Amino acid sequence: MSTLEIKDLQVSVSTDDGPKEILKGVTLTIDDGETHAIMGPNGSGKSTLAYSIAGHPKYDITGGSVTLDGEDVLAMSVDERARAGLFLAMQYPVEVPGVSVSNFLRTAKTAIDGEAPKLRTWVKDVNAALEQLNLDPTFGTRSVNEGFSGGEKKRHEIAQLELLDPKVAILDETDSGLDIDALKVVSEGVNRFRAKDGKGVLLITHYTRILRYIQPDRVHVFVDGKVAESGGPELAEELEANGYERFLTASV
Amino acid sequence: MESALEQAPVVSHLNPPPSYLLGDHPIPTGREEIWRFTPLKRLRGILEGEASADHLTWETSLPEGVTLTEISAEQALEIGELAPNDRPSALAAANAGAALLLDVPGDTELTEPVVVRLHGESVDHLVWGRLIVRAGRFSKATVVIAHTGSARYSAITSVLVGDGADLNVLTLQDWDDDAVHLGRDAIRVGRDAHVRHTSVSFGGDLVRMHANVEYAGPGGEAELLGLYFADDGQHLEHRLFADHTAPKTKSNVVYKGALQGQGAHTVWIGNVLIRKVAEGIETYEENRNLVLSDGCQADSVPNLEIETGEIEGAGHASATARFDDEQLFYLRSRGVSEKEARRLVVHGFFNDLIRKIGIPDIEEKLLETVEAELAKNVLKGL
Ligand SMILES: Nc1ncnc2c1ncn2[C@@H]1O[C@H](COP(=O)(O)OP(=O)(O)O)[C@@H](O)[C@H]1O
Ligand SMILES: [Mg+2]
Repeated sequence: MSTLEIKDLQVSVSTDDGPKEILKGVTLTIDDGETHAIMGPNGSGKSTLAYSIAGHPKYDITGGSVTLDGEDVLAMSVDERARAGLFLAMQYPVEVPGVSVSNFLRTAKTAIDGEAPKLRTWVKDVNAALEQLNLDPTFGTRSVNEGFSGGEKKRHEIAQLELLDPKVAILDETDSGLDIDALKVVSEGVNRFRAKDGKGVLLITHYTRILRYIQPDRVHVFVDGKVAESGGPELAEELEANGYERFLTASV
Repeated sequence: MESALEQAPVVSHLNPPPSYLLGDHPIPTGREEIWRFTPLKRLRGILEGEASADHLTWETSLPEGVTLTEISAEQALEIGELAPNDRPSALAAANAGAALLLDVPGDTELTEPVVVRLHGESVDHLVWGRLIVRAGRFSKATVVIAHTGSARYSAITSVLVGDGADLNVLTLQDWDDDAVHLGRDAIRVGRDAHVRHTSVSFGGDLVRMHANVEYAGPGGEAELLGLYFADDGQHLEHRLFADHTAPKTKSNVVYKGALQGQGAHTVWIGNVLIRKVAEGIETYEENRNLVLSDGCQADSVPNLEIETGEIEGAGHASATARFDDEQLFYLRSRGVSEKEARRLVVHGFFNDLIRKIGIPDIEEKLLETVEAELAKNVLKGL
């Protein structure tokens, strides 16, 4: 079971001119096993939503609630959220110089499971995950995200998704900057994850392109820190045809 | 053969000319360029230069063919000791009298490192040291010099790397909390020779180490590495000087340090002089400091003096930063606790450098020591 429930979430960041409100009451529920797409123009607050759920210290939650299977996510520390079953594939994954991918993956897996993985099966699992994402076997010896191409960073995020096996994955523009082959590889990874029982996905994207490979159950149009409209996959088709124009004018 | 010594003596404004004469190295006031970062009081009278018969205990492991012998001051000069460039090293030469010569004969390839363990019994002991490490032509050797215990120790060390030789030398300052160590290492790199010099400082109340390099002919390469970890109240100072005295030479300097605790102070001075003759040289120097708590100070000053335009490349980088919140967030978002995330970041910070040292036993121990240092403080309250 996994239900992520976001209710009236309000978030601001502090700026030189005082706090700036970015999320203005976001409400949405990802039920057990569902995939939701959030689509919106640049600057509408999509990453803010993703980071706030993950607990990035830059964002102040000023109102609302987030629960995972009824547990208060906002009361948890960043790492507790991950251990509770949340995963964020970042739009801009961070370099950690001198820490190898294999060390990083093993440390994360150990933290999530509360015990070290069995060495033999773990090595096999890592190699399989890397291979399925077209990352070569020497990838494990490289420093985390250091000198990775844009595509490698995103594929590495999805490798983590598969290995860490959370309940709910938030994918922040995982499709941006990928060529068509990489997009397919990444989508297949996400679909393997989705095929498992009860996994939730919040797929944040700017473009409709990825929705050809990952079919969402629900689509939310995100404008100016709020959900402007929700619907089925047909809403994505409308966006494909007409863009965000209708929603932008409506929000002014 | 062109000799560095025969060149017109260009005076670097950052580095006083070397000299054995104490009169050329008056007692500093603390305002001098080369002393302005050092808390003179904590030198505990070393600069006054009293004679002393105290010594450190030596324990050595010398692979076959390697010798350690006492030589006279005259012999030291004859074989090319590098003259003192500050008062403590001039005092060390004057007061130690005889020198020790660690000799790796030409054409010898060692498979085991030369290990010299120097141990001091008490900070009440004032010890003057004078050592010459000589790697003969086409030799290949690794030399580890480790300092433990306590003393007030001032030493002048010269490293003579013969033509075509490949020498890896590491000096480890793992002193007790009250030790004072002033060390001047100077290296002369022969034609087409390669030297790696690594300075590692963990312990001591005040440690001030010079690593100077100059070149006896073209084609020489020097890698100067350093790693330091300063705790509460410690002063760890590393002064680098790459003096490009010959064409087609290379210097590559990488020093990394971490600081934690009230009054931890580190100083890194990276001076590079590219002389007129030194055409086609390459130099790069880098210093990175990771500040792990409040109340620390990291000074980092790269200097490049260039007297010829005909160089292949010259660059430097210096950065001092706290833990990167984005790195910690990324790791924690994967379930890794804050404590473990910090440990990973510091481990990674030093790991790249440690892997360059090229002495497997030492690399492993250093990784452990870094962990132990972290456990002492950074991770304590978490
Ligand atoms: N630290 C900050 N200071 C001021 N404004 C910020 C800060 N961080 C984000 N913003 C603003 O918040 C809005 C939403 O940003 P973001 O969540 O990254 O949008 P999206 O991911 O949809 O492109 C943008 O207008 C952005 O400029
Ligand atoms: Mg974004």
